[in-house]
Amino acid sequence: MTGDLWPTLWVFVLASFIGLGVIRKVSRLLHTPLMSLTNAISAIAVVGAILVTGGDYPLSIRILGAVALFASMANIVSGFLITDRMLKMFKTDTKSGGSGH
Amino acid sequence: MLYALSQIAYITASALFIFALHWMNTPATARKGVYAGVAGTTIAVVVTWAEPTVMHHWWIIGAIALGFAVGIPLSQVPLTAVPQRTALSHAFGGVAAGLVGTAEYYLRLSEGPEWLTPFRMVALIAEIILGYLTFTGSLMAAGKLQEVKWVPQRPVTYPGQNFVNGLLFASAIFLAGIIAANPTAAWAPYAFPLIIVLALTFGVLLIIPIGGADMPTVIAILNSYAGLSAVAMGFVLDSKLLITAGALDGSSGLILAIIMCKAMNRSFTNVLFGAFGQVQQAKTGGEQKQYKSETPEGAAQVLEQASFVVIIPGYGMAVAQAQHKVRELYDQLKKRGITVKFAIHPVAGRMPGHMNVLLAEADIPYTDLVEMDDINHDMPQADVALVVGANDVVNPAAHTDKSSPIYGMPIIEADKARTIFAIKRSKNPGFAGIDNELYFSDRTWMLFGDAKAVIGELVKELSGGSGMH
Repeated sequence: MTGDLWPTLWVFVLASFIGLGVIRKVSRLLHTPLMSLTNAISAIAVVGAILVTGGDYPLSIRILGAVALFASMANIVSGFLITDRMLKMFKTDTKSGGSGH
Repeated sequence: MLYALSQIAYITASALFIFALHWMNTPATARKGVYAGVAGTTIAVVVTWAEPTVMHHWWIIGAIALGFAVGIPLSQVPLTAVPQRTALSHAFGGVAAGLVGTAEYYLRLSEGPEWLTPFRMVALIAEIILGYLTFTGSLMAAGKLQEVKWVPQRPVTYPGQNFVNGLLFASAIFLAGIIAANPTAAWAPYAFPLIIVLALTFGVLLIIPIGGADMPTVIAILNSYAGLSAVAMGFVLDSKLLITAGALDGSSGLILAIIMCKAMNRSFTNVLFGAFGQVQQAKTGGEQKQYKSETPEGAAQVLEQASFVVIIPGYGMAVAQAQHKVRELYDQLKKRGITVKFAIHPVAGRMPGHMNVLLAEADIPYTDLVEMDDINHDMPQADVALVVGANDVVNPAAHTDKSSPIYGMPIIEADKARTIFAIKRSKNPGFAGIDNELYFSDRTWMLFGDAKAVIGELVKELSGGSGMH
C-alpha cells in the first residue's frame, strides 16, 4: 500500500512546479478570470463525488456523495461560464465593442 | 484494457488543464483556455461515470442537474459581485472535499479497514481539515463581501485571539494525529466528527479578524486551500488527475496571494494574524487639515486642457457602479485627442484583478489598463491624475510616514502628477481608517460626492463644452 505514496508525491511536486511556472506567466489583467477558471478546474474533485454517489454503498454515504457532487458541479458550471463571460469583455480597441457574442 | 483507456483519458484531461492555464497568459488566447478546461472536465466526468462500480445513475443525474440549476444563476451575477461569488465557490469546493473525505472514512471503516493505511489517513484528515475550514472561512468571506447582516463587516478582534486560534488548530492536529495512528479504534468513529467541528470553527475564527482591504489576499489564500484539499483527496483516492488539478489550483492561489502580499508590503502571517483594523485609531485625531474642494465645472476645464490623464480606480468605483460613467468620461477625453490610461494597483478592489474586469465590462480596451510599476514611470508626465474611489493605494504616507500602518506598501504615485482630482464619497478616512496625505497636497482638489454622480457631471460638462471648439 505504501507503494502508492511515492508516485503520487512525484505527481504532486511536478504538477506544483508546472502550476507555478504556468501561472506566473498569466496576464495580470486576467487574475479574476484566472481564479474562477482554476476554481472550475479544481472542481474535478467531482470524480471522487461520482464514485461515492454512484457506488453500491449505504444510503448515508451516498447522500454525502450526492451533496459533494452537487457542490462540485455547481462550481464547474458557474466557474467555466463566468470565466468565459468575463473573458469576452476583454477587447483591444473600442470599435469592436459588443461583437463578443 | 479498460484501465489503460481510462488512464489515457485522465492524462489527456490533465494536459488540457495545463493548456487551459497556459492560454490565460494573454487575453487573445484566454477563451481557448476555457474550452480546454471544459473539454478536460467533460472527459474526466464521462470516464469516471463509466466505471463499473458506478451504478446509481439517477442519483448522479439528479445531483448534476441541481448543480446546473445553481451554477447557471451563479455565473450571471453582476461583475461587482464577483469577489463574493468566488469566495462562495471556494466554499463549495471545500465542502465537497470535506464530504467526500468523511464518506470515504466511514465507508472504508465498515467495508475494509485495512485500506485505512497511516498514509491514507493523514491524507484523508488533511482533506477534511482543509475542506471544512475552507468551507466556513469562505462563507464568512463571502458574507463580509456581500455585506450580509449577521456577518460583522469590521474586523472582530479580542485579546488572546491568536492564542485561541492556535490552541484550536493545535488540538485539531493532535486529534488528527491520534486518529491517523488508530483509525480503527472503537472510539475513532466518534472522535472523527470532533475534527470536523474543530475545522469548521477554525475557519470562522480565521476570517472574522480580517477587514475588507485584506480580502484580495484572503480570497487567494482560500483559493489555495481549496486546491490543496483537492490534492489531499487525490492522495486518498490515488487519483493523479485530482492531484494535478488540485496542485494547479493550489499554486495559482499561492502565487496570487504572494502578489497581493507584496502589493501591500505584508506577510501571509501578518494578513491572517495581524488584525489590521486596530492599529490606526491613534493617528486620526491629530491636527485638523484643510481639504480644497473643486466643482465638476472647474475640474472639467482642467481636464480639457490636459494632454495626458491617468485615472486611478479603486473599490469605491465598484461600490458606486461608476465604471460605465468612467467609460463615457474616457470617450469624451479620447475625442479631444487626450491620452487616457488607467493605473491598476494589484490590490485595488476586493479580489485580484477586480478593477480590470470591471473596466473591461465597460468596454475600455485592456491595452489602456496599465500596471502600477509601468504607470509610475509616466506619472510625472501626467497632467491630471483622477482618483476614483481609491484611497490607500495612492496614499503617499506609504513612502513618507514610518509610523503609518501602510508604510512601505508600493503605491500608485498620483502625487507626482501636475494636478490631482480625488473623487470621494465622504470626508471619512478610507477602509483602512488611515488619513490620506494626498488629499491635503497643494495640487490636490477634492470632488466630494458619489463617484457615479460626480463623473456623470464631468461628462456633462465636457460634452456640453465640446461644441464651442
